[in-house]
Amino acid sequence: MAWDRNQMAARAAQELQDGWYVNLGIGIPTLVSNYIPEGVEVTLQSENGMLGMGPFPFEGEEDPDLINAGKQTITELARTSYFDSAQSFAMIRGGKIAMAILGAMEVAENGDLANWMIPGKLVKGMGGAMDLVAGVGRVVVVMDHTSKHGESKVLKACTLPLTGKGVVDRIITNLGVLDVVPGGLKIVEMADGVSEADLRAATEATIVG
Amino acid sequence: MKKVYGTAKEALDGLLFDGMFIASGGFGLCGIPELLIDALVESGVKDITIASNNCGVDGFGLGKLLETRQIRKMISSYVGENAEFMRQYLSGELELEFNPQGTLAERMRAGGAGIPGFYTKTGVGTVIAEGKEHKDFDGQTYILEKGIVADLSIVKAWKADDTGNLVFRKTARNFNPPAATCGKICVAEVEEIVPRGSLDPDCIHLPGIYVHRIIQGEHEKRIEQRTVRKREAV
Repeated sequence: MAWDRNQMAARAAQELQDGWYVNLGIGIPTLVSNYIPEGVEVTLQSENGMLGMGPFPFEGEEDPDLINAGKQTITELARTSYFDSAQSFAMIRGGKIAMAILGAMEVAENGDLANWMIPGKLVKGMGGAMDLVAGVGRVVVVMDHTSKHGESKVLKACTLPLTGKGVVDRIITNLGVLDVVPGGLKIVEMADGVSEADLRAATEATIVG
Repeated sequence: MKKVYGTAKEALDGLLFDGMFIASGGFGLCGIPELLIDALVESGVKDITIASNNCGVDGFGLGKLLETRQIRKMISSYVGENAEFMRQYLSGELELEFNPQGTLAERMRAGGAGIPGFYTKTGVGTVIAEGKEHKDFDGQTYILEKGIVADLSIVKAWKADDTGNLVFRKTARNFNPPAATCGKICVAEVEEIVPRGSLDPDCIHLPGIYVHRIIQGEHEKRIEQRTVRKREAV
């Protein structure tokens, strides 16, 4: 047993606080918007130039001028504002965005994050990920704990080119939640049906405490 | 003062030369200067360096200039949607400089604002920082990035007046304002040129001082990822 994609997103949504401006990455992080707790008002930023991102449009109401950072059609809300890319990253770099929830290929015990490139295989680009991890108040990573082949993706040191150095605060995986602390990672909680021994066995990184 | 031209080809007349540096607006296929890109294809200008967040898709947007091998180098943050791009890059035919998205936007903004360089913490400790000057401010390390000044900017807006004041629509604004400001010459294509005085001066997104030539035309505005939700059953 472990969390599925939706349960991971629901757990990540528990990180949100009322009044926050938040950026959600592509993939599982996008699902977090489905689980924002009652009574918590957050404003979602899309780094292509929008605050106050609404849900996907109904069929027939798609607008080519209104997309998110994953190039998906979206909608606006009553509080939405639009701005250009320089302004968008000024608010990101300037620390105005409280938290980013992002996917990862690898994360390390010192908070290093790799999520943009596999040399010789995948050369797509970092998009806004490097700016986000350097600028926002808190970085939460949502990812599968291990690869398809069962190898840990929560490592002592990243093997892939970094997106940011020492930038991750909290890691939410299908097996549980870990915090980056001095000396390694600290277990915060286990996913449903996962024992501490399971979590430790799937983790290459040093677990402290 | 005459800024309005009849066609994209006429608007680019006298501005193009082989080896030139062009900054383009747009994010994915949203808010891209479709008509000016088509005119660049038709012109045959080659060995171009283009600063643009993305490089279109196969057969649309800047992807068209890849197919005709007119691009020598791209400065971009994300090129994942384009198989021809990947092929030319991996075979060494095309040069690529990855810039973090916010660094690319700020390089354009800075170039247009007379700022030759700026320090940012984006990319510190990554391959992006290699070979760049590092400097500490208040105990935090930053790297030096340079402003971009392009020979030509090509942008897409929603509306313009004949003096070049521009209004954008929703997320189609994206890189267009910073790209517009960083060109020695900026050509803008819009969906509608409206009479002088009909745009609210308080709601101009980019003042006409940055825009030298304007054309109006029909846009395909292709959607890259059509994503919808189901209506709730009543």
